[in-house]
Amino acid sequence: MIVLADQLLVLVMLINLVMLGTSRLIFSIRAVAVQGVILGVLPGLIHPFSFHLTVITVVIILAKGIIIPFLISDAVRKAHIRREVEPFIGYVPTLLIGAVFTALSFAFAQNLPLAPEHKDLLFVPASIATLLTGFLLLTTRRKAISQVIGYLVLENGIFVFGLLLSEAMPAMVEAGALLDLLVGIFIMGIVINHISREFSSIDTSRLQTLKEE
Amino acid sequence: MTDIIIHCAVALLFPPLLLGVIGKTKAAFAGRVGAPYLQPYYDLIKLFRKGSVFSETTTWVFRAGPVITLSATLIAALLIPLGRHAAVISFSGDLILFAYLFGLSRFFTTIAALDTGSSFEGMGAAREVTFSCLAEPTLFFSLITLARMSRSLTLSNILTHPTPAIWLASGASMLLLVGALFITLLAENSRIPFDDPNTHLELTMIHEVMVLDHSGPAFGIILYGAALKLFVLGAVFVNIALPIATGNPLIDWAIFILAMLVLAVTIGTVESVMARLRLVRIPQLLVGATILSAFALMLVLR
Repeated sequence: MIVLADQLLVLVMLINLVMLGTSRLIFSIRAVAVQGVILGVLPGLIHPFSFHLTVITVVIILAKGIIIPFLISDAVRKAHIRREVEPFIGYVPTLLIGAVFTALSFAFAQNLPLAPEHKDLLFVPASIATLLTGFLLLTTRRKAISQVIGYLVLENGIFVFGLLLSEAMPAMVEAGALLDLLVGIFIMGIVINHISREFSSIDTSRLQTLKEE
Repeated sequence: MTDIIIHCAVALLFPPLLLGVIGKTKAAFAGRVGAPYLQPYYDLIKLFRKGSVFSETTTWVFRAGPVITLSATLIAALLIPLGRHAAVISFSGDLILFAYLFGLSRFFTTIAALDTGSSFEGMGAAREVTFSCLAEPTLFFSLITLARMSRSLTLSNILTHPTPAIWLASGASMLLLVGALFITLLAENSRIPFDDPNTHLELTMIHEVMVLDHSGPAFGIILYGAALKLFVLGAVFVNIALPIATGNPLIDWAIFILAMLVLAVTIGTVESVMARLRLVRIPQLLVGATILSAFALMLVLR
């Protein structure tokens, strides 16, 4: 089971790279949905079966795999945009930076004082790599929707790290974090709609010229 | 001894059939009957019977190009193990020679193209060199990963090392390697989505534009060399992707031939269902393949 979990984590890291390399928004939304579903399956693979676990799995797949992607694609449809044009840093450079970050996260995870049973697993490097990918998406993309996707990837990274602790973490805390995320995405969807209605574009780099006359 | 004879016979006679199978697959997808499977052989015989015309502006480099390209590829064919049998020539560190034999053949193809002084051929040479310098790291990363897995620097050991057990143990890195190698295989052999071997529109083509000035036997040598290169890189791919060894040499050879034919059908299918990529997108895909193989190396190293 641990081996399968490791393969799935490799898939999670590949999806990170796919998201850095693609320019189609709908495609990266689907990629983040797939990543969410994989994260939902993961707790079941590493911990023994329990009621708590089943609830977490179902809720995570529902929230990260269906509801949040639906909310974002709804915002995309309303704002009439299909792809991210002219990011601050191009796709090939961000892809390379992402690969370097992934390599660094492997090196970094090796030097962390982890519990001996977690030492050989891919969880920690995968979580750091996903976190850094989220940061990269947040900082290099221009469109508000790409930034929301970056925020989601960032949260996925934190979630992977939390997987190692999910025995100790009560369901209330996880439910609270998921609810926060859901509400956050909901509000971001509304904000995106407002931005696109006011400025007929959701390019966030234009927001810095906003001044009162 | 028998294995060495079979190795040479397969490497010499089999490659053009792969082109025939690819052509037939594409014809089947398009709803045509298509040229017979042996058409590439007929083409080669036809070309070898023709006379050659050499432009007056060219030098010996132009004539040496096809010959050196073919001989480098032939040596590369002797270095790789086919169908789980040890290669004819093998020594420690031959993977570097293997990679640079392709470099040598590419250098002479491009310099022969530049020798004609035609601007079209110069453009094709520039493209070929650009894309192959992006594809080469992938090949090296894959070979290093396999060398690290098998703890050996000999191609014979490296390429016969993958077994079903290894696939189960480190499936993720093997899958990444197979993906990266398939992309390299398509890019190095100028197949769709990187280049269309059938196009004759100079503005879009890469490899074909470099050989426009060759004719007769020289062109035959180039066609045969291209088929052989497809065969060699395909054999590397098959060794890694299909790690089955029965122990019976003849059955192993049969499995290998069958796997190569399946690979040809796969390439034909890819060519039928995909369009050529825009030129600006090609580096992106090649860099992606490099990252895949580097990632595989990272997983093996930790």
